[in-house]
Amino acid sequence: MQRNRLSEGGRIDRSRPLKFTFNGRPYEGFAGDTLASALLANDVRVVGRSFKYHRPRGIVAAGVEEPNALVQLGEGGFEEANARATQIELYDGLDADSVNCWPSPDLDFGAIVGRFSRLLPAGFYYKTFMWPPKLWMTYEHFIRRAAGLGKAPKAPDADAYDKRWAHCDVLVAGGGPAGLSAALAAGRAGARVILADEQAELGGALLNGHEEIDDRPGLDWVADTLDELRAMPEVRLLPRGTVASYYDHNFLAVYERLTDHLGPQADAGPGNPRGRLWKVRAKQVVLATGAHERPLVFADNDRPGIMLAGAVCAYLNRYGARPGQAGVVFTNNDSAYRTALDMAAAGIAVPAIVDLRPDPGGDAVQEVRERGIEILANHAVVSVAGAKGLRGIEVAPIDPSGKGLAGDPRRIACDHLAVSGGWNPAVHLFSQSRGKLDFDTDLNCFVPGQSFQAECSAGACNGTFGLAGCLAEGHAAGVSAAEATGLTGKPGKAASAADRPEGSIRHMPTVPGKHPVGRGKAKHFVDVQNDVTAADIALAVREGYRSVEHAKRYTTLGMGPDQGKIGGMTGFAALADSLGATMPEVGTTTFRPPYTPVPFGAIAGRDVGALADPARTTPMHGWHVSAGAVFDSAGQWLLPDHYPREGEDRRVAVRRECLAVRGGVGIRDGSTLGKIDIQGPDAVRMLDWVYTNAWGSLGVGRCRYGVMLGEDGMVMDDGVTARLGEDHYLMHTTTGNAAGAFWWMEEWLQNEWLDYKVWLTSVTEKWAVVNIAGPRARDLLAELTRDIDLSNDAFPHMSVRSGRVAEIPARVFRVSFTGELSYEINVAAGFGLALWNAVMLAGQRFGITPFGTEAVHVLRAEKGYLAAGQEIDGTVTPLDLGLDWAISKKKADFLGKRSLTRSAMVREDRKQLVGLLTKEPGIVLPEGAQIVGELRAAPPIPTIGHVTSSYYSPILGRSIALALVEGGRARIGETVSLPLRDRTVEAELTKPLFYDPEGERLHA
Amino acid sequence: MLLIECPFCGPRAEVEFRCSGEGHIARPETPENISDEAWADYVYMRTNPKGLHFERWMHQHGCRRWFCVARDTVTHKIRAIYKLGEAKPALDEPKTEGEGA
Repeated sequence: MQRNRLSEGGRIDRSRPLKFTFNGRPYEGFAGDTLASALLANDVRVVGRSFKYHRPRGIVAAGVEEPNALVQLGEGGFEEANARATQIELYDGLDADSVNCWPSPDLDFGAIVGRFSRLLPAGFYYKTFMWPPKLWMTYEHFIRRAAGLGKAPKAPDADAYDKRWAHCDVLVAGGGPAGLSAALAAGRAGARVILADEQAELGGALLNGHEEIDDRPGLDWVADTLDELRAMPEVRLLPRGTVASYYDHNFLAVYERLTDHLGPQADAGPGNPRGRLWKVRAKQVVLATGAHERPLVFADNDRPGIMLAGAVCAYLNRYGARPGQAGVVFTNNDSAYRTALDMAAAGIAVPAIVDLRPDPGGDAVQEVRERGIEILANHAVVSVAGAKGLRGIEVAPIDPSGKGLAGDPRRIACDHLAVSGGWNPAVHLFSQSRGKLDFDTDLNCFVPGQSFQAECSAGACNGTFGLAGCLAEGHAAGVSAAEATGLTGKPGKAASAADRPEGSIRHMPTVPGKHPVGRGKAKHFVDVQNDVTAADIALAVREGYRSVEHAKRYTTLGMGPDQGKIGGMTGFAALADSLGATMPEVGTTTFRPPYTPVPFGAIAGRDVGALADPARTTPMHGWHVSAGAVFDSAGQWLLPDHYPREGEDRRVAVRRECLAVRGGVGIRDGSTLGKIDIQGPDAVRMLDWVYTNAWGSLGVGRCRYGVMLGEDGMVMDDGVTARLGEDHYLMHTTTGNAAGAFWWMEEWLQNEWLDYKVWLTSVTEKWAVVNIAGPRARDLLAELTRDIDLSNDAFPHMSVRSGRVAEIPARVFRVSFTGELSYEINVAAGFGLALWNAVMLAGQRFGITPFGTEAVHVLRAEKGYLAAGQEIDGTVTPLDLGLDWAISKKKADFLGKRSLTRSAMVREDRKQLVGLLTKEPGIVLPEGAQIVGELRAAPPIPTIGHVTSSYYSPILGRSIALALVEGGRARIGETVSLPLRDRTVEAELTKPLFYDPEGERLHA
Repeated sequence: MLLIECPFCGPRAEVEFRCSGEGHIARPETPENISDEAWADYVYMRTNPKGLHFERWMHQHGCRRWFCVARDTVTHKIRAIYKLGEAKPALDEPKTEGEGA
């Protein structure tokens, strides 16, 4: 039984009933309803509780600006918080609950807060809970629970979202009469047009009334216009598409809702996305975003049943739902007189129109008079009865000053009140585009002024509220936008409508009442969504707030999910009133994107889960997976960390792998190391610039270690570069730094060394690298190759040879990161797995052992080799790291050289690389642990350094660590302390080299 | 998001590019002969103007080439785009008003 449903009219389909649940109760609506219109039709008056005071609240608006009817929609992976009931298209089975109340909006425990509302003035956070600061966290916990709106969903989003780029000549934001006229004119002229409108049905305000265009029903004109637009191949219509954001250089984001109107989808996912984020670059933009009605600020103006007059028209005419049986209209302008006529036509008793103006007198006023509805001119609504639903109002005449009353109040029984305080152009997108707003004193609203980008505003968002003006302006905007893009097709004639003169508006920031604002029990809300009252604004001014931006933050005006669509301008007006300033002097706060919330899912699009960041794998990845490897990531690369055997944990596996390398031979996938192919006659000149050492003397077939510095002298990267031919080098970078090193060299080549003949190619992924390391590595390699002389003299450490390994063409580098005899066999990536398998097979009789990155780290730390991200952290120079030997004394210059002699770089108390051996050999220090020289009883205790690498060394049978310590080299032999969470560890500073100090194994 | 006219590829969205910082910063010819302060000025100090800024951009997801952009840091308007090695174009300093918070 839909008590408040009209028997006919509207754009709903009465033959398609839909069942839904609100706060656990079943209801029925029709296709074409929104959740709000269906609730109204079912006479559900209280739809939620307010943000701060938990006051019962009803539906106020019919669109995006709705402040109260926010609901928690759906459940599980489809749950959504703070959905606006006025924009939720009804579907069968819809299930929604009010936000911010428990157990129900009619019986809400939080309402007790409202009784103590004196304790919650403007800025109460700052005042009440400032002291003692320690307790703030406790206070905040309780306050946050009491004040708030919806709850964040707990389950992961079950829906998928799309993103799409688009380019057009003209983007039209808004599909009302102005927007449709603009799209039609531009489309006829030959423009590529995108028209987006947040509603399911295009037509804008025409859907809410019965205006005529070209002497026939306005909606017939809409239908014909849409037919013509749909027939144009270069026109795209995006209903349910909100132009959310207007960014630089005419770049706009449109969020298109694809399935919300159908409810949760059984096949939700990438094949059936919920929404699509359009990223549009438009040559020209036409803004036709309409206007939002202003409320009036009077005593208890938030009671359920008090609605915006325009919304009442929308519910009556579009949804066939009436807000009640008897309604009064309260206005300061002509537009609400149409509401009174619509109400009367729908069979609602209209006992009176209360008008703040002394002498109302436009066209609509005349019609109302003829209809016999009483007009109470120069009157105000001074009190309302009915906390959970309007029962009546009191009205009284206004005195000549406009500040007080001139007579006794008179009571009028009614169950709803349609309010209009005038209209605010929806200048949000214009303002986002950085256009300047002007204040129109006649209309009492901000309108677009000077444009900043290639856009123009048309219709109500431009302060042109009459239909005739909207059609003309929209058409003109479409014509000029198309012309601006150089299109010359015929745009046709603008549609026409009757021009209906309107009387002027009477602006009152707050309506006079029985008591001044702030006295008495009544509250005068300027922002119903965030529970901000005119008294709060006045208090902020008394406390010294002047700037609109400060007053906003202090009072939280316009800071709810609606971002002040209703409350903002009324709040600014109250601020101007309290300050005794004009509206232009007060101005507005900054409009920021998005216009309405865009789901995070849409911003992420398909880049979620495994696609959030691509995983790079080597050609041997499948083998590692089959071998049960545990993976670790280095940048985007996935690499085996260790290969646990049955019953092994990480510690045991890593020890076994380390000992296998030290005692026999290990095999490792080294494919991820960055590889940059460098060719050209000036290759050596470039290397001399980017590395600290000299490269001229490196012979073909030899390798050299290089350290790369930034101009600040800090180590960026290190690695081994091989000379493959006369003018041909291969640079190895660290795994994570390959792109950075490439960028760095390319930048210098393009920006400074323009005459160099040298070319860089990233070949990291072109080569698969199998590294064999250990005393048996040569024996193993000998099994696999016949054409490379492996003898120490013919193929010494730090050299490279070409040949065939396992019958595969290969480059073999004799280089080592483990301190053992070591070969890195490079083959074309496609042969990587074949080579790996061949080496494993041949290695069986040597007990070959796959080892992962953790074992590599242990082995390199035993040798004091550096790791990017650990020892090399962007704050250390080569001198800090003891790499003096790698710095050429002969070269006149290299990148970063001058920085090494800056006074700050040669200080002796800089952090220097040292080794660290704990007094108790079993303790493995945590990496990052702070080192103190002198242990004091109480803080502060100055630290002198930190641990950069720390492992248990199986070959040494004890823990080892590397550390950066102030003046560390001079302190070698000293004992330092490391205060940890549960104990303090003592350790001795040593040289950063723990194993095979002479490098005999390397050269074996 | 800016629309940047790559001199080699044409107009493309900002996401294809990477800003490479202030342009027209010459590396000192003989670093050994200048003071610590002069070297630090080259390495660390940048103008960070409110208004006209000459900077370098690189078309990372395109031709991977560097070029110069004269951009207004307040309005984000691109005043000029030119190739490396070309002289700084003569442009008026814009008169910019303070922006809202």
